[in-house]
This record gives sequence, C-alpha cells and structure tokens, in this order.
Amino acid sequence: MAGEGTLSPTTPDGVLAAVQAAVADRAPLIVRGRGTKDGLGHAVASNRVLDLSGLTGVTLYEPEELVLSALAGTPMAEIEALLDANGQELAFEPPMRHLIWGLEDAGTIGGAVMVNAAGPRRVKAGAARDHVLGMKAVSGRGEAFKAGGRVVKNVTGYDLSKGLAGSFGTLAVATEITVKVLPKAETTATLVLHGLSDRDAVAALAEAMGAPVEAAGAAHLPAGVATALDLTEAATVVRLEGVEPSVAARFERLATILRPRGRITRLEAAESAALWRALRDGLLFSQDRLLPLWRVSVAPTAGPSVAEAAQAAAVAYDWAGGLVWLAMDPAEPDAGAARIRAAVKAAGGGHATLMRGSDALRAAVPVFEPEMPSVAALTGRLRHQFDPLGVLNPGRMGAGR
Amino acid sequence: MTQLAMPPLDTAVLARRDEIVGALRRIVPDGVIDSEVGMRPYESDGLTAYRQPPMVVVLPETVDQVAAVLSWCHGEGVKVVPRGAGTSLSGGALPLGDGVLMSMMRFNRVKRIDFENRVAVVEPGVTNLGITRAVEHRGFYYAPDPSSQIACSIGGNVAENSGGVHCLKYGLTTNNVLGVEMVLITGEIVCLGGAHLDSGGYDLLALVVGSEGLLGVVTEVTVRILRAPETARAVLVAFDSSEAAGACVADIIAAGIIPGGMEMMDKPAIHAAEDFVHAGYPREAEALLIVELDGPAVEVDHLLERVEAIARSRGAFECRVSNSDAERMAFWAGRKAAFPAVGRISPDYYCMDGTIPRKELPTVLRRMTELSGKYGLRVANVFHAGDGNLHPLILYDANVPGELERAEDFGSDILRLCVEVGGVLTGEHGVGVEKRDLMPTMFDETDLAHQIRVKCAFDEKHLLNPGKVFPELHRCAELGRMHVSGGRVPFPDIPRF
Ligand SMILES: Cc1cc2nc3c(=O)[nH]c(=O)nc-3n(C[C@H](O)[C@H](O)[C@H](O)COP(=O)(O)OP(=O)(O)OC[C@H]3O[C@@H](n4cnc5c(N)ncnc54)[C@H](O)[C@@H]3O)c2cc1C
Repeated sequence: MAGEGTLSPTTPDGVLAAVQAAVADRAPLIVRGRGTKDGLGHAVASNRVLDLSGLTGVTLYEPEELVLSALAGTPMAEIEALLDANGQELAFEPPMRHLIWGLEDAGTIGGAVMVNAAGPRRVKAGAARDHVLGMKAVSGRGEAFKAGGRVVKNVTGYDLSKGLAGSFGTLAVATEITVKVLPKAETTATLVLHGLSDRDAVAALAEAMGAPVEAAGAAHLPAGVATALDLTEAATVVRLEGVEPSVAARFERLATILRPRGRITRLEAAESAALWRALRDGLLFSQDRLLPLWRVSVAPTAGPSVAEAAQAAAVAYDWAGGLVWLAMDPAEPDAGAARIRAAVKAAGGGHATLMRGSDALRAAVPVFEPEMPSVAALTGRLRHQFDPLGVLNPGRMGAGR
Repeated sequence: MTQLAMPPLDTAVLARRDEIVGALRRIVPDGVIDSEVGMRPYESDGLTAYRQPPMVVVLPETVDQVAAVLSWCHGEGVKVVPRGAGTSLSGGALPLGDGVLMSMMRFNRVKRIDFENRVAVVEPGVTNLGITRAVEHRGFYYAPDPSSQIACSIGGNVAENSGGVHCLKYGLTTNNVLGVEMVLITGEIVCLGGAHLDSGGYDLLALVVGSEGLLGVVTEVTVRILRAPETARAVLVAFDSSEAAGACVADIIAAGIIPGGMEMMDKPAIHAAEDFVHAGYPREAEALLIVELDGPAVEVDHLLERVEAIARSRGAFECRVSNSDAERMAFWAGRKAAFPAVGRISPDYYCMDGTIPRKELPTVLRRMTELSGKYGLRVANVFHAGDGNLHPLILYDANVPGELERAEDFGSDILRLCVEVGGVLTGEHGVGVEKRDLMPTMFDETDLAHQIRVKCAFDEKHLLNPGKVFPELHRCAELGRMHVSGGRVPFPDIPRF
C-alpha cells in the first residue's frame, strides 16, 4: 500500500490498515469524508488521501432511546432523512448544504462532528460536541480504540469522544460515531423585528434570550445581507419551537417585551423553517464566493464592536450576536485577520476562523485562532500523544505549516 | 475498610515531610495544615469506606499560590490531590499518604455576573447552589442540580461532570460550562473558553470536564446561566410493575416529550422514603414515576395531559398532578430524601451509579433482584429514568464482618451488568478509586492507553491525583515507545505493553 493515491476503505479495519501503512511509510494522509470541508483549514501537503466516503451505514438507530450510531462516512443527508421519517433530528443543526462554498452536499456525519458543526440552535441545544456520545477511531499511532458509549450519562474516564469532536482529523480518524438524537419540535414560529441597527438588534436579542421564552435561535441580518432573503430592511429574528399552544403563548410574551423596540411581524412554520434553513446553510454568503469569510465567536454583546472594527464588506449575526459572519474585501492581503483578531481580544476573547479564502490566503493567514502559548503547547503535546509522526492531516489546524 | 491498592508510598518524599511543609508555608503562609487532628476532616470524601490522612493539607487563596505550589511539587516530584467540598461518591478526593491535599474551598467568590451574555464567572469553591443564589434575583439559575448542590463545589462539578434531575432537558455540567482557567501541574496557567461559545482549536475544555482532578487544578469557571422557566408542575404516577413504568417512560419520549425531570423509584425505595418524609407515596406501588414539566403554563398543562394519557394507557393505577408549588415539592421530597431515608432503614448503604439503555431496565432490575438473593443484601433503587442512570442503594452493616466486602462485590456485579447490557460504569459519580479496577470491563488496553495519553499531555509525571480512574499507571514514555523511539516498526505486529 505504499506510495500515492487514494485509499477508500469501506470497513473500520480498512481504515486501520490504511493508517498503519501511513505510519509504516511515514506518509501523511489527507483525511476526507465527502470533501465538503476541503476549503476549511490549511491545505495538507500530501498526495495520499484517506477517503472515508465509502465507509457508510447506520449501525444502530433506536428512536425511543434517542440514539443513533453510524459509520463515519455516512452521508448527513441519509441520516437526516432517516431521522426525519421518525420525527427526530440532530438538534445541533449542522449545515445540510454548504452554500458558502457553493456546495449542495451536506457531507458526512464524521465531517460534521470532526469540525464540531453547530447551527443557529447552538444557543439552546449546543454544538456537535454536546451530542456526541461515543466514538470508534484510529489514532495516528495506527491503533483502533473506542471512547464513550451509547448513553447520555457517562462519566467513565475522560470524555474523549467530545474532545475529538472539532479536531479536524488531526488526532484520530473516526470510524463510527454515536450521537444523541432528539424529537423535532411540533411547530415553530419566528418573531421578526424590523429595521434595527446592529447594536439595537443585539440588545433586543439579549433581552429575548434572557426572557422565559426558550428562544431556539436569535439572529440579526443587517440590511446589506437581508436582501438575500428578499427582505428590504434589517431583520432581527427570534425562533420559538415547541407545541402549538406554547409557541403561541411565548410569541405573545416575547412580542410584548420587544414591541417598544420596533415593528414586529411573525413568520409561520413554513416560512420560519425556510429562514433558519437558509441561515444554517450559509445562504447569506453564497453569492460572491470570492469574498473571504470569517466566522467569529465572542460574547454576544461584543458582536457589534467586532463587526465595526472589522470594516467588513458584509456582516451577519447569529447566536444572539455571539457568532459574527464577516465577508471581507478580497483585495486585503490578510483579509482583515489582524484587525479582527485584535477586536476579538479587545472584546474579552473568543475566536475567529477563516471559513472561506483562496489557497494563497489560507497559506498566509492562520485559519484558526492562534492560542495562548500555554494552550498551544498543550495542544502540541496532545497531538504528539495521538499522532507522534504527524500522519493525520498534518498542518491542517494550528497556525499551519 | 477494604484493601485498595494505591501507588506505593514514596518513602523519600515522606522523609522530607518537614521540608515540604516548610516550602508550602512559604507559599501560603496562613493556609497549611499539618497536624493529625487538623487534617482529620480531609481523610475521606463522600465515599467514607475509604480513609487516608494526607501528608499535608494546603489551602491556597490565589491563582499565583496555586501555580507556585504546583510548580514546586512538580519540581520536587511530590503528588497533589485537588479537593473541593469533599462530597465525591467515588473517592476522587481521597488523599494520598505521600501527597499534598490541595483544598480549593478558599476560592469562594462569585467574580462576575453578566446577565446580558447569560454567564457567571465564579471561583471553583463556590457551591453549585451558590451560583443560582447569586443570579436568582433576576430570575436566572444554573441548570445542573446534583442532589448535593447545597454543599458541592462547582470545581468538583467540573471535575466530575456532575448531573442532576434536570439534566435530561438541560444537560450535564459539560453542556453548561463555557470556560475554565486552570493551572497545570507544571504551574502553567491555561484559559480555555470563556463567555463565547465553542473552541477555536481542540476542545480541551471537553477533556477537562469530567477529568476527576487528574489534568489540572481549576481556579475559575465560566458557566451558562438560564432564565428560569415560568412554571413547573409534576405528576406522580404509580404502577404495579417496573416494566409498566419503564414502558411509560419510553412512550413519553417516543411522543416527543422531553420532561424537565423524570425519576423512578422501586418499592423498597418508595417505602423507605414514605416512612421518612411521609410524602404520600402509594405504598402498594411496585414503581413510582415523578415526571416534571416546565415552561409556560399553557405548555405545561398541555403536556401534562398527554403524559397522563400515556401513563393511563400503560396501566398506571394512580396519577396525581401537582396543583401548587408546595405540592410539587412534596412529590420531590421523598425522592430527594431517598438516600437519607435508606440510611434510616439500614446501618450503612452503598450508592451505585451505572447507566443503561432505558429499555434494559426490566432485565436489569430482575437480575439485580437475583443478585440481591445471592449476596443476601437488600437493594433499593432510585433511577434517573429519562436518561437511564441507575442509583441502586445496597443496604449493609459495616459492623458485620464481611458485609462491606459483600456489598462491594454486589455493587461490582451490578456495574458489570450495566456494561453487559450496553451501558456504562458510572453516569455521574465518577470512577475515582471506587470503579477504577472495573475500567477494563468497559475499555480494553488500547482504549485505556488513549485516555492515558490525554493524561500524559497534561501531566506527564502522573503527579496529579494518581491512583484514581486508571487501574495501572503506565509511564508515558513507555506508552509511546513503540513508534517514537523504536525507529521503524513492522506492522501490524505492534508490540503492546
Ligand atoms: C448526598 C449526595 C448526593 C449527591 N448527588 C449527586 C447527584 O445528584 N449528581 C451528581 O452528579 N453527583 C452527586 N453527588 C456526588 C458529588 O456531590 C459530586 O461529584 C460533586 O461534583 C463533587 O463536588 P465536590 O466539590 O464535593 O468535589 P470533591 O468531592 O472535593 O472532589 C471531587 C473530585 O473533583 C476534584 N476536584 C475538586 N475541586 C477541583 C478543582 N478546583 N480543580 C480540579 N479538580 C478538583 C477532586 O480531585 C476529586 O477528584 C452526591 C453526593 C452526595 C454526598
């Protein structure tokens, strides 16, 4: 199995063999599911690809136990369809179409977990890491191991499967993943506040999140991006989900609280679903894909000041202001990295990830937030423990190579 | 006390005790306890069957002191056991005879509350309930609610990834902690997370939560606070078989309802609780469910109706809905007092904590009854039914020679049974020393080696809380030997330790 090319194992044992061969040959692997996140992270210098798109199949699904296991290359679309047929979903709301990169493909469960995907419901339900219960994986040492289990309450040893979520395949190659699934809400509605400035909008969202209405989404679309959704002015949106009478009561309550802030309208279930699907999939930033795109996570009230400092071409806020999407002028050599990261620091900390950018830009700018020295050293030691020879996606994370 | 193998005492360290005490006093002048009497309260945690006086106790007050103590101990090869309020039920805070016990209970300040961003920044010695107390005047609360919440520290909660009856809907500690500041054994300070969500790099916070004091000493915690639900109501449902109660739980979840809490008790637990607090539980019931729904009143009423209908369809012979907060609290009173209630009917009890797939409940209860016969010890069950977390309470008398050992063997059999049916050894109490030697029933050598590798990245010399969680201490260099220093190794014949 020496040399270049693509290895496409269809079984966990095949993955083990591929990693062991890579270790024996000291030949790094590019670990890939369906390739939908190839544009995310630093390019990996290698010509040996470990393609997991053939490692498919749901291995366990017990709706009444709220648990599903699937081999890592199982398409998200397949999982979504299966859950949907049972009135369930992955509550962390991973993108199902990666429109920021112009893709219609939702990728694989392994990809969603290994980048720690999280959609608009993050504010209520958490990210992928909050829903991972267990994992089987092969570390960069060429050893197969398991972590976690299939039950929600489990403190038996370190929570390694959560820790591996978000590691971009640089510590281990996941072969099988077990996640918590949840019932879909019976209905949903969205409250829209019209025409607010960014700061007023984020203040309104803070008020909504602090009200006893269980908001399951809180975003602000300034006028510049709202047009992508056929809106003519800025829209501040709060999603409510649940049983019909509850959604109605909470809508009324929220409307009473927010009415002094501006004009309010209501999106019913279908329209509401379409709006949040668009936000989840990145529709707002799907038009001009040459614009570098940042995804910034800060304390919600810090969102507007980071956006101002960024001097972005276009801005949108999710997570009540705590997730700021910034589309930048492509002419800027660092896509505003220095400014944005300084603003994040000034705002009390967080992280800025370059979600979209040319190969040249991603080679020039750290895609992931540079870590404080003690954390960077710890990260390096962890990586060394799991992948001492650097055979798994070397250079994809961190400051690049 | 049963014999428990701990790492061999380091006689060289013990011989230097005076020097070590002196060094600690220089760093924390007013916070060192080295007298036998003064150290006695630290001899055990909530798992009182195990006792061991520490070499010395230190109570730092500042991060700098924590860093100085740890880096000194690291340099001198001295072991350190972190401790919060000492309520651990798995012996996580059990001292080592040749180790420094570091109590974090002087870190007791609420540092910052930010209602707009819905976070509280607190020191690790603040109690779990203390966080809610600090934010409730504005209608907020901290969701994870272990029964020990009045006493246990948030630092201990982070270390144990503690749960509570409301975790079914609101998540465990790991889902509610946004950041920590902690000190590594080297004295390095690391900040993970903060008021923002998720990590820009590896999710080290996910590894730290639930790490039982083996990875670092937590000196600050940022938690998510939530607006309290408008109302809560509970329904008390009685069944004449635990199968029916289990089926009812499954049906509620299958109907798409995730209650705020869903607890089950078996007959012995019902009787013990009833005798103790007179909560009005039906004594003839074989199984009792408490289902609590929270949210806006219309939602709660709506879902209560559905839950009641489901319960009736599963043959419930009694369904009592709370009509006031006082009544709701009365329903809970028995459940919350279950441990002390059992403590009244038996000189001693041993609390277990496995998790199982919910559907296995009838099988597990039946086999537990068989085991009860085999060991000649009674068992009462309280159960976080919604998430499959069992708390069998084994009744024994420590004064009867051999009973403690029998109780422990019985407990181990129960935990093995949990693993056998697809569950895990511990749902919320942690491995500590108690379940340490059972780890291989769930994980093979390679699985454990990968966990230990996390330890090696944080604490290569195994100086923080050694002897807990892992049945054997493997030298980190040995774990890595085969690939790193051994040059090219033929595959797949990988030599193992
Ligand atoms: C009556 C009773 C009821 C309980 N109910 C529940 C329940 O419902 N749910 C539940 O999950 N648990 C429960 N517990 C168990 C216990 O309360 C929890 O595990 C709790 O989180 C322990 O907190 P503590 O502050 O007492 O920690 P300790 O017992 O002092 O320590 C526990 C572990 O945490 C480590 N540690 C403590 N502080 C730090 C720190 N600052 N930095 C690093 N490591 C640290 C220690 O080394 C140790 O390994 C119960 C216990 C009792 C006695």
